This record gives sequence, structure tokens and C-alpha cells, in this order.
Amino acid sequence: MAAPLDQKRPDLSRALVDAGFAALVTFGLSFPILALRTEQDMQNRLIVEPRWSWSVIAVMVVFCARLLAGLLSDWRARALAIPGALIAVFGAHMGVTQALTHGAGITALGLALLIGAFALDARLRDAPAPVAAPRAERADRSRLISMAGLAALFLFPFVMLAWLGPQGSLKWINNYGVQILIYVMLGWGLNIVVGLAGLLDLGYVAFYAVGAYTYALLSTTFGLSFWICLPLAGVLAAFWGVILGFPVLRLRGDYLAIVTLAFGEIIRVVLINWTDFSNGYAGISSIPRVTFFGVPFTAADDGFAAMLGLEFTPIHRTIFLYFLILCLALLTNVVTLRLRALPIGRAWEALREDEIACRSLGVNTVNTKLTAFALGAMFGGFAGAFFAVRQNFVSPESFTFIESATILAIVVLGGMGSQIGVALAAVAMIGGTEILRELDFLKQIFGESFDPAQYRMLIFGLAMVVMMIWKPRGLISSRTPSIFLKKRTAVAGSLVREGRG
Amino acid sequence: MSRWLTDPLLTVEGLTMRFGGLTAVSDFHFSVGRGDITALIGPNGAGKTTVFNCITGFYKPTQGRLALARTGVANPVEVEALTRSGRRFATMQSGDLFLLERMADHEIAQRAHVARTFQNIRLFAGMTVLENLIVAQHNALMRASGLTLFGLFNTPGYRRAERAAMARAVGWLERINLVERADDPAGALPYGDQRRLEIARAMCIDPALLCLDEPAAGLNPRESAELTTLLRSIRDDDGVSVLLIEHDMSVVMQVSDHVVVLDYGRKIADGAPQAVREDPKVIAAYLGVDDEAEVIAAESEIAAIAGDSP
Amino acid sequence: MENFLQQLVNGLTLGSIYGLIAIGYTMVFGIIGMVNFAHGDVFMLSAFIALIIFLALTQLLGLASMPVAFLIVLVAAMAFTALWNWAIERVAYRPLRGSFRLAPLISAIGMSIFLSNFVQVVQGPRNKPVPPMFTDLIHLTDGPLGVTMSYKQILIMAVTAALLLGFWFVVQKTALGRAQRACEQDRKMASLLGVDVDRTISLTFVIGAALAAVAGTLYMLYYGVVNFTDGFTPGVKAFTAAVLGGIGSLPGAVIGGLLIGLIETFWSAYFSSDYKDVAAFSVLAVTLIFMPSGLLGRPEVEKV
Repeated sequence: MAAPLDQKRPDLSRALVDAGFAALVTFGLSFPILALRTEQDMQNRLIVEPRWSWSVIAVMVVFCARLLAGLLSDWRARALAIPGALIAVFGAHMGVTQALTHGAGITALGLALLIGAFALDARLRDAPAPVAAPRAERADRSRLISMAGLAALFLFPFVMLAWLGPQGSLKWINNYGVQILIYVMLGWGLNIVVGLAGLLDLGYVAFYAVGAYTYALLSTTFGLSFWICLPLAGVLAAFWGVILGFPVLRLRGDYLAIVTLAFGEIIRVVLINWTDFSNGYAGISSIPRVTFFGVPFTAADDGFAAMLGLEFTPIHRTIFLYFLILCLALLTNVVTLRLRALPIGRAWEALREDEIACRSLGVNTVNTKLTAFALGAMFGGFAGAFFAVRQNFVSPESFTFIESATILAIVVLGGMGSQIGVALAAVAMIGGTEILRELDFLKQIFGESFDPAQYRMLIFGLAMVVMMIWKPRGLISSRTPSIFLKKRTAVAGSLVREGRG
Repeated sequence: MSRWLTDPLLTVEGLTMRFGGLTAVSDFHFSVGRGDITALIGPNGAGKTTVFNCITGFYKPTQGRLALARTGVANPVEVEALTRSGRRFATMQSGDLFLLERMADHEIAQRAHVARTFQNIRLFAGMTVLENLIVAQHNALMRASGLTLFGLFNTPGYRRAERAAMARAVGWLERINLVERADDPAGALPYGDQRRLEIARAMCIDPALLCLDEPAAGLNPRESAELTTLLRSIRDDDGVSVLLIEHDMSVVMQVSDHVVVLDYGRKIADGAPQAVREDPKVIAAYLGVDDEAEVIAAESEIAAIAGDSP
Repeated sequence: MENFLQQLVNGLTLGSIYGLIAIGYTMVFGIIGMVNFAHGDVFMLSAFIALIIFLALTQLLGLASMPVAFLIVLVAAMAFTALWNWAIERVAYRPLRGSFRLAPLISAIGMSIFLSNFVQVVQGPRNKPVPPMFTDLIHLTDGPLGVTMSYKQILIMAVTAALLLGFWFVVQKTALGRAQRACEQDRKMASLLGVDVDRTISLTFVIGAALAAVAGTLYMLYYGVVNFTDGFTPGVKAFTAAVLGGIGSLPGAVIGGLLIGLIETFWSAYFSSDYKDVAAFSVLAVTLIFMPSGLLGRPEVEKV
């Protein structure tokens, strides 16, 4: 990061001009869409009402943020200063309109942050540039981290249960634990296709849907148990992967992307419209719940709780589901890691690096791509079956393009090919959006009419943009070699290619 | 001594390649002698790389037959029989016979054992040097891993195959002097090392014919000399026939047993290096002169230059 | 026969809208090799901008003449949408230029999610019905099943044709078009020869957005209702059209758009409207299997 000197010393007048320009653009952007609101009146006619305050706020926020960004040279100082300024302005507003003392306190907090940021920036500016730490030991360290993470994952539900009790821990184990693990598994599955083989698949959710409907239909029509349906779901999804892959894997990258996207949409449209088969929009409900290898999680005498002499609580099933998805995800991980060290896995990565060279070495690229596609689909199918047994309900709405996009974003943000990276990205993205559900306290600040849930997806989308700009190559971009002679040294991300198939 | 006539490994007949209206190669005949180093030379744009791409299956030739007799002396009657049968390859009395124009690129590498390198190096840059050499042994390892199934459970048979692949890779690393860098990414190697690694990688598929596209391009004189030694050793110690495209005439003249000259997609000369070097048509093609007198002048000039180099 | 003609008219109308959006996809892809996933939502945003400006003109300013209002709405929607797309490119894509191929794709998907939810937050989730305009019908053939064409449909086709001609002129004859085509061929070389690559790319986004805004305005006019979710499906269809026509090819995008519009309308008319999307996507898949570069795309010669 050797920035030229004139950039290091911020210049007030230039920052002002820059911020003024940004504010002007913001005003242009906000003019129709923010400043005027369309509303239906009593006669159901659409009318338009001015709402200039929003536009003014947007312009002010952009101006302040841009100005501060221009005045501060270090990103950490910026990250501190911009919220500080926003809090200070908000506090001042509150002090004038609502409660003076509260407002003054908030303003003081904001100002303190702002001053802190400037102080930090001044210190960082004079400090020598940090020397990049050597990365040779990365491989060992990541092994340690993964072992610790594994232990934490196994202990997580029990710690939560002991700490918060059966009622309080349900949300954490289910909404955070199970939900995140589903996406970790999906991310790992798609990672085989996108991260290892370098094939861009925008319709991964189709295989998830195939798995979910396999279990939903087989269990409700034929009464098959989950443990029979689980492998069937994987096999069927893989079968669909091959059916789709065979004609399209010859296509070059961007064409593959649109065909996979189209396939995902076709599956969804068929599920919606073929009501005899899938019950359409209404979906399939009362799918049999998961059992402890045949023992149901009920309060009955032959239930799980009675069998172990425990008091019945629904948390038992949730914990079982947690371990079930944990095992499925770990299975995905173990298989992927093992395959990476086998000829087929190396061929995937070689394919991502250079397809033409692969062909010159006798690698059958069509078969290699097909296996990657089918295996990725299979794990998607497993995850789908789990989804159905967890929800007891499936409908086409769970399998929209947003799901495919989210899984793909997890893989790319994780750093293509890195297993730990994908897991971290899933925690950040899915955990992050779950936390956004907890923002009800903001109602106390912004008033009852403020609905934080509305902002969840908006922030989710913005976060995707910000994270890509922050880490274009993903959280863990370096690659661990699959075999070594003397020492396993990670390959720098800049050398690793991403494929174009 | 002209092995390309008595025992050809590869016989190319009537090879024609058209791209739309452009004829890159037309009615090209030549053979590669078993155990020879054959050089395919010609001015820029003469169609040399196109010939390579046809031999290695990256292009489907518009016309022509490319017959490779991997194990025995080719029998023209058998080649004719195979052509008529419509099959791509067969085991004949004289040995395994392949019609390359009918085979897909990976099949040519896998079954006919024709390996190649590329004009602009195509290593797996993000994989280590060792991994590059292991990927090259894909088909052997794939068989040993029982299409992944045995490999998944790490059976002793697979472990043995993996060790063998490793030994072969290390053997090649020793020959090209890169053992120390085995665990470094291939993309981080200096240019000259990348060239040698690409050759070693091609050798790891256990080829009968090794096609090298400008292996000396961009090498310094010391590296060129090393390359010459390596090529001779591949011919003499490994018994692999080599077909190379090269612009560096000193390399061509030093190592090749047989030189074929291509200009504007047509063959203009074919023979021993000495004979080709003195062929006025070759000199004219290289210097771009038509006039008889100028050819003679240029010829003597070339002879003078060539006389300097050993 | 009459039904056929009627569907032809309807299909061409819908196809015009797809074609206009598809140009934005194909131009951006041609110049920076990126699938601009947010383009469908830029189109949706433009429909909202057009709607708001139309309402502001007629209600707040009391403009009575429909043709004048339409013209102002069209120009204003083009301008504001172009500004939006310019800003999006600056913020979300430019920092990622020359980076991994998938990073801008994810950024664009994020932008797409942001835009649709942003419109939902600031304009509300409900359908926005638009007062009907240009509803008079022209009877092309008589009889109870006579083929009709509304003024709206004529307007849509006429505006599309006029703008495409203008756009074609810009790309073929002006310095900007030359710079654009140069950047498409080789960005590094173009910049060495003095083409301002950043500016050219910005202008590509601006033009793409302006054409999407035309599509958005016409869409609002034709369907008479807009919703914040309206970006996705037309976006995917237009992307499909761009690929079908051969991505990177401008005439291909228009032809692809018209084809997708026709396939959808005819499928809905003769078979079932439930599976019209499946029909469009299937045609795409089959076309790509037999013509891997689309209808008018340059066949890719594999450089070995």
C-alpha cells in the first residue's frame, strides 16, 4: 500500500469539492425515487407526495461520509469516523426535537468517536507502513483453527442448553446453528463445482429443490423413512446434475451460467405449475418429522424422551437436527478434502487452471466436469432432504434465484476452493442476516413505524457489494497444495486462477 | 539413416486445414522417424502450430490422414484397412495403430501417447511444480484409484500407484533441476524453468511422441544449451521421438535428425539438416527473396554464419 | 390466422422491451466481460422513476397533454436512470475491474438485491397501478375476432425502432462507438492508443441504462402496473435474449429479444401461459447446444 505522499496528506479544499460532487450526485439519484413517494389514496388512485426530508438526509449523509473519507487517510479511522458523525447528527436531531438530555448524550458519543477517529488517523499516518507478515505457516495454523472450530461445533448446543435452558436456546440452536450449517453444507457442495472445477453454476438451488421434493414426495406418498430417502435424494439430484450437465458442459463459461440459471428457474416453474405432482404454490405440508433412527421425538411412551428417561422437550429434536446437519456437512467436507487429494480432484483444479493443458495431458474434460457437477448436485440433494425434514413443509418459494445467489456469494466470499473460507463466509452472511432480525430495539430510537425487517435484505445486498470490494478474492484466497514433497506451502491467491468454464 | 522413411512413427498424408476461406496448411505430407528428433521449421505464419494442433487433436483437419504406429513398423496395408474400417485405432499385427485425425485431443494423449507443450506456456500456475507432474499422470492414477472408489478408501494398491507417480515426478524434477522448488507454485518459477517444467510434465504422460512448440523461445544461451542436452537425453535415454517447432536455428541444427520446412502452408523441403540448410528454396523462404542471384548470395551468407556455429 | 396476427403484434411489443434491456446486458458483457446482474433491477427502477415523474407532472404540475407528458417522462427517466447506473458502476464495479471474474458478478448480484429492496423500502411493497394512457385501438382487420393494435403498442414499437436506429448510429459512426468497439477488442491496447477506457466503460453503462429506461417507461405504459419485484424476470429474459442472439452482438440482442417475446406470446396463446418461461429457456438451451455462440455471436476460435 505505497500511496503517493500527496494522497497521504489530505487536503481540505479537495475533500470539500469531492464531497460536494458526491452530494450533488446523491441529490440527482434521490430526486425521483426518494423525494417523491407514490401512495394509493381512498379511491385507490395513485397519488404522489413530496418527501424532501429523505432526500436531504441522504445528501447530508453522503456529504459527511465523503468528506470524512477525504480527510482521513486510513480505512480504520474512516470506519470509526463515519458512524461517529452519523450518531452525532442523529443525537443533535433528537436533542432538538424530542429529549434534550438524551440527544446531548448521543451527540457527545458521536463527537467522541469522531475525535477519536481523527486522533487515530494522525497516529497511523505517521506510523511506518506495516510489513506484510510471512504467510508460510498458514497451513498449520488453519489446521489448528479447524480442530478448535470442530470442538466448538460439537459443544455448541450443549453449552447453549446449559446456559439458556430449553426455551431460550431453541432460537440459537435452530436459527443460528442449523440454519448456518445448512448453508455451510450447500457452500461446500457448490464449492466443488465453482471453487474446485471453476464452473459457474447459477442454478444450484435446483438440486437443493430436487432433494427436498424427493423426501417430501416419497415420504408423504409412499411413507418411506428419512433414512431411505436421504441417499435417494442425493442420487436423484446427482442424476439431474448429469442430465443437465451432459449437453451444457461443452459450453463456455458465461453460457453455462445462463443455462444453469435457466435450469433453476425451469425447476421452480414446473414445481409451481405441475400441481398434480407438487401441489403448486401451496407446497407439500405435514412431511414426516425426523426420528431418532425410528424413535420419534414425541411426548408419547415410545418417544425419545421416555426411552432415555428424560423430560420431554422439543429441543431434543432440534439438537438432533443440529447434529444431523453437522454430520452431513462434515461428510461433505471430508469427502471433498479426500477427493482433492485424488486424481479426480486434482483434475478439477487443473481444469480450473487451464482446460487446454488438461486436454493435452489426456484428461477427459467432459467426464471430469460431469463428476464435479454431479457430486456438487448430490450434496445439494442431501441438504435438500434435510431441509424438508427440518421444515416439515416445502414450497417453490424456498428455491428462488436468491438462494442460488446467496450460496454462490458464500463460495466466492469464502475464497474459491477454501473449505474453511466457505464456512466462515456462511457464518458471516447467514449469521449476519439472522442478527438483522434482532434489530427490533431500533424501534425505540426511530419510532414504532420503523420496521427493521424491511432493511434486512437491503443491508444483505449492500454487504455483498462491500465484502466483494473489500476482499475480491475472498476471505481465504490462498490455496493449499494437495500433495507435497518436503513442506506444504500455501499458494498465493494471486497465482490461482478461477477458471472460465 | 533416414528412419523417417524406413520406420516412421507418425505418417502425415495430405493434411489440409482451412479456416473459413483461409487455407493454413495444404496437402502436407511428412513423417516422423521413430527415435528421431524431427524439426518442423518455417517462417512466422507458415502453419507450423496448425500442424501441431492437428496432430494433437486440438483442430480437426479438413482433410488428410495422420497415422501413428506406436509399437511396430507401420504396414501401409494395415493403415489402409484401419482407414476403411472407420475405427479410430486398433491393435494390428504390426502393433498399435492410431488414426489421429479421428480422435479427440484427450484420447490422443491418453491412448496414442502423444504429448505436447505450448508456444505460450500452459502450466497450472496455481498448483505446485509437483502437482503439475502428478496431474500429468492422471490416467494412470485414475485407473489405480478404481475411478476414485479405491482411492476414497486409500487402498494399498492406490497408495502404491501414488508412490510410483511421486517417484516418477521426483525423477523428472531431478533431471530438470527443480527438486528444490517442488513445493513452489509453478507460476512463481522463472521463465526458463517453466519451459523445462512443461516438457517434464509432458514426459510424465509416458509419450511415444513428444511435440514441442518453440521450446527455446525466450531462453538465454545457457538455458538453450541445457535444453539441447535435455532433448538429446529424451531421445537417447527415454527412447521418445520428438517433433519440435523451433525458430532458433542453432538448436535445430544441433539436435535434429530430420528437418521439415513449411512455408505458406506447403512443404518446401524435407531431409537431413545439412541438406535442408543448403536448399535454396528454404533460404529464399527465410529471407523472402525470389531472385536467383540473390538466393545464391544469401546462401553463401548463411553458409558463412552456419560455419561459425559448431 | 387472425389469432396468429394478433399474437404477432403482441409478441413484437413484448420483444421490443426485452430487446432494449438485452442491449444493456450485451454491451456491458462485450466491453468488460461481466454479466451485469443488476441490469434487470435498473430496468425496474427506471419504471418507478418514470411512474413518479409521470404522476408529478400530471398531479403536481397539472400537465394535461399526454404526448408531451410521455416525452418528458421518457427523457427524464433516461437521464435519471443513466445517472443511477453511472453511480452504480463507479461504486460497485469499478473497484473490482481487473479482479477475479466472479467478484464483479457477486457485486452485481448484491446490487440487484439492494436495488429491489431499496425500491421496496422507499416506495412500498404494493403494486403501483398506473392511470391508463394511449388506450385507443386500431382495428387492423374487422370482425369480432379482428386483429387490433393499441396506440400503446404502436408507440412501443415506434419508440423502440427510433431509439435503436439512433443507438446504432452512435455505435457505428461516432468516436464514442469506435472507442467502445476498440475497448471490446483489446482494452489495454485501446488505452495505450489514447482511448479513455474508464470513461468509455462509464458511457457504456449510461447508454445501457438509458435504453433500459426506455424499456421501463414502455413497460409501465404497456402493463399499467409496476412492482419492486418486476426487475428479476424481465432481466433474466433479456439476459436469455442476449445470449440467444449471441452475447456481445448488438443486432443479436435485438433479434434475441424479439424472438423471446414471440416465443412467449405464441406459447401462451397456443399452449399454456404457465410454461411460457420454460419454453423460452428451452429454446435457449437447444440453440446453444447446436450454435454454441448464439445466433449472431462470433464463433470463438480456441487459441491453443
